[in-house]
Amino acid sequence: MNYRMIGRISAKILAVEAVFMIPALLISVGYHEFAAALAFAKAMLCIALASAVLYFVGRKSCRGFYAREGLICVGLIWIIMSLLGCLPFYFSGEIPHFIDAFFEIVSGFTTTGASILPEVEKLSHGILYWRSFSHWIGGMGVLVFLLAISGRGEQGGYTLHLLRAESPGPDVGKMLPRMKQTAITLYVIYIVLTVLNTVFLLVGGMPLFDSVCTAFGTAGTGGFGIKNDSIAGYSPYLQNVCTVFMLLFGVNFNCYYLLLIGNLRSVLKDEEVRLYFGIVFGSIALIAWNIRHMYATIEETLRHAAFQVATIITTTGYATTDFDLWPSFSKAILLVLMAVGACAGSTGGGIKCARVLLLFKSLRRNIHKVLDPRKVQVVRINNRPVSEVVLENTNAYLAAYASILVFSFLVLSIDGFTTTTNFTAVLSCFNNIGPGLEAVGPTCNYASFSVLSKLVLIMDMLAGRLEIFPILVLFSRSTWRKK
Amino acid sequence: MKIIIAGLGKVGNTLARQLAAENDYDLTVVDRNAQVLQTVVENYDVLGVQGNCAAMTTLVDAGVKDANLLIAVTDADEMNLLCCVTAHSLNPRIHTIARIRNPEYSDQVYKMRDLLALSMSVNPEKQAAIEIERLLKYPGFLKREPFAKGRMEIVELRVEPGSKLCNVALNNLVDAVNCKVLVCAVTRGGECIMPSGNFVLREGDKIFVTSESNNLTRLLKNLGIITRKVNRVLICGGGRVSYYLSQLLLKSGIQVQIIENNPERCLMLAEQLPEADIIQGDASSQALLESEGLFSCDALVSLTGLDELNVIIALYGSRHGVPQIITKVGHLEPNGILDTLPVGSLVCPKELCSNGIVRYVRAMRNQTGAAITTHRIAGGRAEALEFRVDENTRHRGEPLKSLKIKPNILLVSINHASHVELPNGDSCYQTGDGVVIVTNGSETIYQLNDIFA
Repeated sequence: MNYRMIGRISAKILAVEAVFMIPALLISVGYHEFAAALAFAKAMLCIALASAVLYFVGRKSCRGFYAREGLICVGLIWIIMSLLGCLPFYFSGEIPHFIDAFFEIVSGFTTTGASILPEVEKLSHGILYWRSFSHWIGGMGVLVFLLAISGRGEQGGYTLHLLRAESPGPDVGKMLPRMKQTAITLYVIYIVLTVLNTVFLLVGGMPLFDSVCTAFGTAGTGGFGIKNDSIAGYSPYLQNVCTVFMLLFGVNFNCYYLLLIGNLRSVLKDEEVRLYFGIVFGSIALIAWNIRHMYATIEETLRHAAFQVATIITTTGYATTDFDLWPSFSKAILLVLMAVGACAGSTGGGIKCARVLLLFKSLRRNIHKVLDPRKVQVVRINNRPVSEVVLENTNAYLAAYASILVFSFLVLSIDGFTTTTNFTAVLSCFNNIGPGLEAVGPTCNYASFSVLSKLVLIMDMLAGRLEIFPILVLFSRSTWRKK
Repeated sequence: MKIIIAGLGKVGNTLARQLAAENDYDLTVVDRNAQVLQTVVENYDVLGVQGNCAAMTTLVDAGVKDANLLIAVTDADEMNLLCCVTAHSLNPRIHTIARIRNPEYSDQVYKMRDLLALSMSVNPEKQAAIEIERLLKYPGFLKREPFAKGRMEIVELRVEPGSKLCNVALNNLVDAVNCKVLVCAVTRGGECIMPSGNFVLREGDKIFVTSESNNLTRLLKNLGIITRKVNRVLICGGGRVSYYLSQLLLKSGIQVQIIENNPERCLMLAEQLPEADIIQGDASSQALLESEGLFSCDALVSLTGLDELNVIIALYGSRHGVPQIITKVGHLEPNGILDTLPVGSLVCPKELCSNGIVRYVRAMRNQTGAAITTHRIAGGRAEALEFRVDENTRHRGEPLKSLKIKPNILLVSINHASHVELPNGDSCYQTGDGVVIVTNGSETIYQLNDIFA
C-alpha cells in the first residue's frame, strides 16, 4: 500500500479545505461574530498543521497507485476531512458535543442534510454558511476539485480510480480525454448552475445570504436549511425555483455536457433521464391525488407534492410541509423514492436511476432465461450493450446496500424508538436525504439518538455518498494486510 | 493536439505511455477488447473507446472529426489501412500513420500512399532490422542514435575491464582517447547519471558519448576496440526481423546463417533468401549452435519470439567470446535488469517504432518550436532532444558559461550549418543552428527555452 502517496493527496485535500473555510471566516468577521471567527481561525490552523504533517509524510512519495489505493484514499480522505471540518462547530461552542459536530459535518459533506440541531436560526452566520457550503463541496466531490486544479505532470491514469470512487454511478468514465479537462468541465457546469439558482432566488426577493446558502444546499442536493421551517416560510415562487433546481441537480452531469456541445437528441433519448422524469411526474401525480383533500387549492396541492417528490428523489431533504402527516400511500411512495435516488453522475444519492434500470433489465433477462434456458441475451442501455462486469457490480452493490441497511437498522433499534423511526432514519441517512418519518420527520431531528447510533449513521452517510465500497473496504482485513 | 491511437498491442501501449507522459496531447485509444482498454485507461490519462477501429461509428465516437492525428497500430495491416482510409473520409485534414508489417505490402503502400491517405507508414520489424544493421557496421557500440541528419551521433559504449577508459576522470577524457568527444550520460548499477567533469569512469559503466559521425572510427581505434569487419552473422529465429535483416546484410555481401525451428517457415525463407544458409533446428540447443559455428562467427543476433530464449542465447554467446552480440526484446521495461547482463546491444522493435511515431508527433507541433528529433537513451531513463534555434530562442549569441541552465540538463552539441561543434564554455548558438540536449527526464522539455533556469 502506498501510504506516502495517500498522505500527499490528503495533505492537498486538507489545504483545499482550509482555503474553503476562508469565506466562512470573512462572513463571521463581516457579521461581527468574533467567537465564530476565532473558531474558524483555530480550525484552519489545525487543518494547516495536519496538512503539513501529512505533506511531510508524503514528501518522498513513490509511484504505484492502483484501484486499492484509490478506494482507500477516498474513504480515508472523507473521514479525515470530516473530522477536521467539524472543528469550527465544536470550537465555537455552537454544537457543544464533538460527536454531534462530527455528525453535522458528515451530514453536510455527504449532502445528507440530517441535523442534530433543534433550532438552526440560533446559529451564527459564519457557521450557517459553512454548514451549507459543506454541501456544495461534498456534492461534486472534493477530490474531483483537486483533479481540476492540480497541475499537469501530476496526473497519471491513476486519477481515474479517484474519480470512480468519488463519483456516483455504476459505470463512471471520463467525458473528455484528459482528467483535468473532465474535472474542470464538471465544476464549470456545477458552478454555472449554482449561480443561476442563486440569481433566480434573488429575483424572487430572497435575501442574498439566504439565497446563496439555499443554492449551496440545492446544488449539492444536501438540504441544510437556514430556517427552522426549512423552505416553508418562503414564497410559492421561491419554493418552485427550489423544486426545479433540485430536479436539475439530480440529472446526470454528462447530459449538461452533451447539451453544451449541442447534442440535444441523445439527452432526450437517454433512458436514465426518461426514467428519472417518468418517476418524478408519476409520483407527483399519485401523491397529488392522494393528498387532494389536505390543501385548499390545486396549486398548493401540486406545489407541495412536487416539492416533496423533488426533495426526496434527488435526496436533498428540504421541506415545505410536514409530510409525516400525509396519508400512508404518499409516505410509502416517498420511502420508495428515497431508495431510488437521482441519476448516476449527479450530486444526488440513493441507489441511482441507472442502477434501477440495470436491475430491472437484468431481472427481465433472467426471467426470459428461466423460460428459455438456452437463450443468449444482452442487456442494453441506450441501445448499447452493458458488460456483464457492470451487471455483476450492480448486483454486488445491491447486496451490500441491503446488508448495510439491515445491520444499521438492528443497531439503531437498541435505542428504543419505533420501528418506523429507526428504519426511516437509516434509509434517510444511507441515501443522503435528511428527513425520515415520525421522530426523525421533517420537523424533528437526530439529536436524541445515542452515540453508537450516531456513529453508525455517520458511517451510513459516508457509505451512501461514496457508493459503499470505499467505506466498506476500510473494514476489510485484506485491505490492511501487508503486500 | 488531439490524437487517436487505434489498437493497443505492444506498440499501442508504448505509444499511449510515451504520449501521455508528455502531457500535451488529448489522447483517445480505441480497441476491441474491453479488458485491454480498461488497463490502459487506468494506467494513463487517456479516454477509451471500445469497438472496431475501422468502423465509422467507432471512429466518430472517438472524435475523429476534430482529431489531428490517427495512429493505426492494430495487429492486422489491412485493418490499419482501412482505419486510415475511413478516418480520412470522415476528416480530410487528419494525419494518419499506419503500421504495415507484411513485406508484400511494403512497396505498394509507398506507391499508393495518396490513395490510401497515409502520412506515414511504420514497420517495427524493418526498423529493428535497419537498427541492427547499423550496429553491425560499427561493432563496439551498443547503440547509435543519429542527430542532425546523421552528422552527429550519440553512441553507447560499455567500459570493459582493462579498457583505456577505466578510472579516467571526464576532464582527462580527451587525452585518453585522443579525439574530441563528450560523455553526456552514464548508467551505473541501473542508475542514470548526468556526469560532471570530476566524474570518474569505472568498469561496467555504460557511457553515452556524443561525437561527430566522422570521428566514430577514430574513437574506436583510439579506444583499442578492434573493429573487425563483420563477415559472418549467425541469426537465431527466422521471423520478420531476421528476414529484413538478412536482406540488408546479404546485399552488402555478408554471410548469413539463420536457425529456425519451424520447417515451413524455413522453406519460405529458403525461397525468399536464396543466398542465406537456412538451418532447421532448435536454437536453444547449444550443440546445434556450436555445430553451426558459434565460435567462429563475427556476430550473433538472437531474434526468436521469446525474450527469455534470446537472453539465454546471448549469454551463451558472450560466454564463448562471440565478438558482437545483439539481442531482441519484445517487452522491454525500463527497469534496468538487462543492463547488468552481458547481452550485448538490446534492440526493442516496439520502442523503435513508437519513438519514430513520437518524433512525427513532435514534428507536427514543430511550428511552436518543439523538438525535431528525440531519442530515448539509457533504457528510457534519459532523453536526447534536438531543437532548432529560432527567433524566439533566448540567449542567442551568448557564451554558454554565462547561461543559467537547469540541473540535470546537458547541452551536448551545437550543429552549425557548416560543422558540428561539441560545446565548451565559450560556445554559442545562432538562429538556424541545431542544438542537442540530454536530460534525465526529471522535467519534460517542450521547447529549447525550457532548459533555462
